[in-house]
Amino acid sequence: MPEITIREAISQALWEEMERDSRVIILGEEVGLWGGTYAVTRGFYDHFGPERVRDTPIAEGVIVGAANGAAMAGLRPVAELMTINFAFLAMDQIVNGAAKIHYMFGGQFRVPVVIRAVGGGGRQLGATHSQTPDAVFAHFPGLKVVAPGTPHDAKGLLKAAIRTDDPVMFIEHATLYQAKGEVPEGDYVEPIGVAKVQRQGSDVTLITYSKMLQLSMLAAEQLAAEGVQAEIIDLRSLRPLDMGPAVASVKKTNRAVVVEEGWRSFGVGAEVASRLSEEAFDYLDAPVKRVAQEEVPLPYNRELEQQALPQVDDILKAVREVL
Amino acid sequence: MAQVDVAIKALDEKEMLRLYHEMVLVRRLEEEAARLYQQGKIGGFLHLYIGQEAVSSGVISVRLPKDRVLTAYRDHGVAIACGIEAKVVMAELLGKSTGAAKGKGGSMHLADIHKNFWGGYAIVGGHLPLAVGMAMADQYRGDDAVTICMFGDGATNIGYFHESLNLSMVWKLPVLWICENNKYGMGTSIERSSAVLEMRQKAEGYGMPNSSVNGMDVLAVRAATQEALGTVRESGTPFFLEIVTYRYRGHSMGDPERYRDSEEIERMRKDDPIALFRSQLIAEGQFDTETLDEENARVDKEIQAAIEFAESSPDPVPADLYTDIYTES
Repeated sequence: MPEITIREAISQALWEEMERDSRVIILGEEVGLWGGTYAVTRGFYDHFGPERVRDTPIAEGVIVGAANGAAMAGLRPVAELMTINFAFLAMDQIVNGAAKIHYMFGGQFRVPVVIRAVGGGGRQLGATHSQTPDAVFAHFPGLKVVAPGTPHDAKGLLKAAIRTDDPVMFIEHATLYQAKGEVPEGDYVEPIGVAKVQRQGSDVTLITYSKMLQLSMLAAEQLAAEGVQAEIIDLRSLRPLDMGPAVASVKKTNRAVVVEEGWRSFGVGAEVASRLSEEAFDYLDAPVKRVAQEEVPLPYNRELEQQALPQVDDILKAVREVL
Repeated sequence: MAQVDVAIKALDEKEMLRLYHEMVLVRRLEEEAARLYQQGKIGGFLHLYIGQEAVSSGVISVRLPKDRVLTAYRDHGVAIACGIEAKVVMAELLGKSTGAAKGKGGSMHLADIHKNFWGGYAIVGGHLPLAVGMAMADQYRGDDAVTICMFGDGATNIGYFHESLNLSMVWKLPVLWICENNKYGMGTSIERSSAVLEMRQKAEGYGMPNSSVNGMDVLAVRAATQEALGTVRESGTPFFLEIVTYRYRGHSMGDPERYRDSEEIERMRKDDPIALFRSQLIAEGQFDTETLDEENARVDKEIQAAIEFAESSPDPVPADLYTDIYTES
């Protein structure tokens, strides 16, 4: 299997879906002539033309709103938000629009929109450009929230997101674009709402997703050298949340650590830990630990920023506490 | 008036009577809805359109079936004009499974995809971006449909309005923006909330062609809309039509109306759109009082049947709580 980056995987998924289905269009800031600020759509404008690759003004409300409307009217738009931090300017369209329209009108309308949003910290962009607010979006029934951590899943899940008739928030991590992994040639789809065992182990379960999958894998290697086998569950989707593999794993390892990049309070870890206590309480030999971001707006200074973000050492420390 | 006379002559009798019937139907439906609300049979908010009936009936009467319609939460008149039956509207108000949104939407979220009515929306200005996207989809496919997007004067002060008008011009989209200026955003008058008093001035800022019409005169609304739709269809670019109207009732039920005096309402009631249309029809000599009264009686029967239908319809079942969250599980 060829090894490609997550950037290439996402780009391929978009390209192939646009070739496959003329209803698929892209709109967003700098997606066309510029080629995408993360170079995901480079070459698209020349190949597919300005009708299908639409540069928009810097106006997130109408970017997502127009994508919702076009989706209702039968297209399959992919709206790109340059960063997930700008999604807050479109929050009403995501929450009161995309997530509600199918239900609120008694199932008459469908909103097959994909909102691609780039999130994550670690690039010294300061407090307003570095957030990992994934859990916020996962709060709303009606929306599907996907956040892949490998090129394989990025490509397969984006294709699924484009093909489903439901609205999908597709969250990418800004520091993962160069991450490489094997991706099969040709068309394939990964199911939304299905978690995946990314590493097998018997001693402790790490439940994670997106960028933190990479850190968890690094932590697992170090633990293996110490004779501790960590099993890694990649949630991949936050809504619908598939707890099956995590619960099955905890029944085997009896210990769990949830690793996320977002803030601890009201976060993914809080949800997962709560579900584990509901569904696997009798199997737990230690309280579920959470590794998450310090409860501060992210600062600019590199050292301070890294201090606030979860590190491999934080994962190792949490694992040792539950063992 | 000369223009209106021409408009009346151009209308056939059947269409005139249909328009009259529709406006009275909307009025009576809402009067009954207010009564049912007081009885506790309708919950939530109830935003009455009373006084504005000439707007929805005038506008929708000249759209083509392929033209999409969206509006805000004061949507009963638009829903009826788009062709949703009174009984289906009433059933939705009562939260019944036979309602327009199966009882899940309520007064503010009427819609019927088969009537090309894409909904009432309850977030002020929130549906304007949807109209941009729908028009974009039609343009992309080469359909020459127009998306008619109606909203109140209150929506012109929100960011969505400006983002949407701007983008509709940049992308040259076939949208007919219709501002129903009823002078108040909830209880705040346009004098206290808008930098300009003519809403169409805001379209000027985007280089958008625009016009304004008296919204109490259904024939004038009809003529202005027809012209505006023609402009959009010919040019393929948006048009802004301001329709100046007035709401006789409160913003919603239970509005204490401390923001305006009763003299103002009484003065505006002299322009009642239904009374005006009635007098126009009689003055033209094609209809007498008796014929129009018969029409009123027909409306009353229809409303009674609508109420009976709604009251006897089943509520949604508990399992319906979980349907239509997603299109697939």
